[in-house]
Amino acid sequence: MEANLDMQMNKALSVQLNQQGQLKHFLTIDELPRTLLEEILDTADSFIEVGQRSIKKVPLLRGKTVVNLFFEASTRTRTTFELAAKRLSADVINLDISTSATSKGESLSDTLQNLEAMASDMFIVRHAQSGAPHFIASQVCPEVAIINAGDGRHAHPTQAMLDMLTIRQRKQKFEGLVVAIVGDILHSRVARSQIRALRMLGAAEVRIIAPNTLIPCDAESLGVSIYRDMRNGLKDVDVIIMLRLQRERMEGALLPSEGEFFRVYGLDEEKLAYAKPDAIVMHPGPINRGVEIASEVADGPQSVILNQVTNGIAVRMAVMSMAMTGQIAAKSE
Amino acid sequence: MASLMIVADLLEAMSKNLKQYLETNNIESPAVIGIRSGGVWVAEYLHKKLACETPMGELDISFYRDDFTRKGLNPMVKPSSLPFETEGKDIILVDDVIMSGRTIRAAMNEIFDYGRPARIILVSLVDMGNRELPIQPDCVGQVMALSEHGQVKLLKNTDGTLELKQRGATK
Repeated sequence: MEANLDMQMNKALSVQLNQQGQLKHFLTIDELPRTLLEEILDTADSFIEVGQRSIKKVPLLRGKTVVNLFFEASTRTRTTFELAAKRLSADVINLDISTSATSKGESLSDTLQNLEAMASDMFIVRHAQSGAPHFIASQVCPEVAIINAGDGRHAHPTQAMLDMLTIRQRKQKFEGLVVAIVGDILHSRVARSQIRALRMLGAAEVRIIAPNTLIPCDAESLGVSIYRDMRNGLKDVDVIIMLRLQRERMEGALLPSEGEFFRVYGLDEEKLAYAKPDAIVMHPGPINRGVEIASEVADGPQSVILNQVTNGIAVRMAVMSMAMTGQIAAKSE
Repeated sequence: MASLMIVADLLEAMSKNLKQYLETNNIESPAVIGIRSGGVWVAEYLHKKLACETPMGELDISFYRDDFTRKGLNPMVKPSSLPFETEGKDIILVDDVIMSGRTIRAAMNEIFDYGRPARIILVSLVDMGNRELPIQPDCVGQVMALSEHGQVKLLKNTDGTLELKQRGATK
């Protein structure tokens, strides 16, 4: 099943775009041209302004139905998607999969086709299986805009784009930037999407810093430099992205202990001092204080962690309205 | 090619009419809002000419268009900026060309999401008729009657001067 999905993913990546090259599903950063990534960031910039008004709502998706399909737990991502859809004036349904018909034995395809029959326009999908959103977009509901909200170890493209927006706000451009991604790269779909986006947008160097056991075997093919030591790896970087230690994904003993991990790879003020003085500190959340990041850094002046959350709403509004645009255009192709 | 008025002359005449209008209606400290992109250029002129103290606002109505379900989102959308309190304010809403009235409807919807203005006055450099909504400008530079598919567009030259370009025949 997994190999089959991988094959489909490689074969038909262009399922994301319509014939005019507009986004109609948002599944992965991988095949998207730089101009499209920049369009997402520019559109999100305009939505940030909407979030500062007394009425934080625009009528763009009035009458559209958005279904949040989270097959895996999430608070922040689901909430910001819901808020984004509501700020676009869409009607939102949050489907709790654990109490839905899936647990009564209905297959994924049947559940989705039923939702489609209720005239849904967009599915926000999070799934533990890599490639599930792609499978839905290509095989089950091609006329519903599918937004990937995280699939297995594969991708989390809206998280990567909100990170790119946060970096661009602080650093203006990507050229010349050295970015370090630290921690559990192996289990991180966020890191994969970030690396693709940073390279496509022109960052000078992307470093990953992690113990051997948390570095994926294909890391070098992603075009990153690999460091196993924080002090060397953080030297003169502009952006530090800390990843959460994914304890729930940790099968087998990849680490001696959390305390040991924090001592070697946790970001505290002493290690932060190796980066440029104006370096920013990012984290996709939820943060494990004292495991991958010290409280004084997470709450410190260089942290932009809460800006990331605010930007998450704007980026998701941008992606949702762009995918809907692409679907509208695709129907007249 | 029908004759188009010189933009500078139109602006000059229009700002005089607008001043008269404001006086007649006892509007003392209005705020000026231009609709991107042509409306902003006209608004800049009026804002200066009226010596407005309130900073000028700019609207990008892309998020409020009524044809999203047919056309989708404009990929060139820029953030709107209303750097003043709209609540209770007298607002001069400025566009370069008015035709169907749909842009003005979208702009008014957007303004109301910032607050409830006391009143909105509509100013347009060119009025092309062919209205599809009951919206009329209070102050106009030039009225033109064009054939159904005719278009007039305000352009900004590299030296900063404004120019009206016409496509299609005059009625």
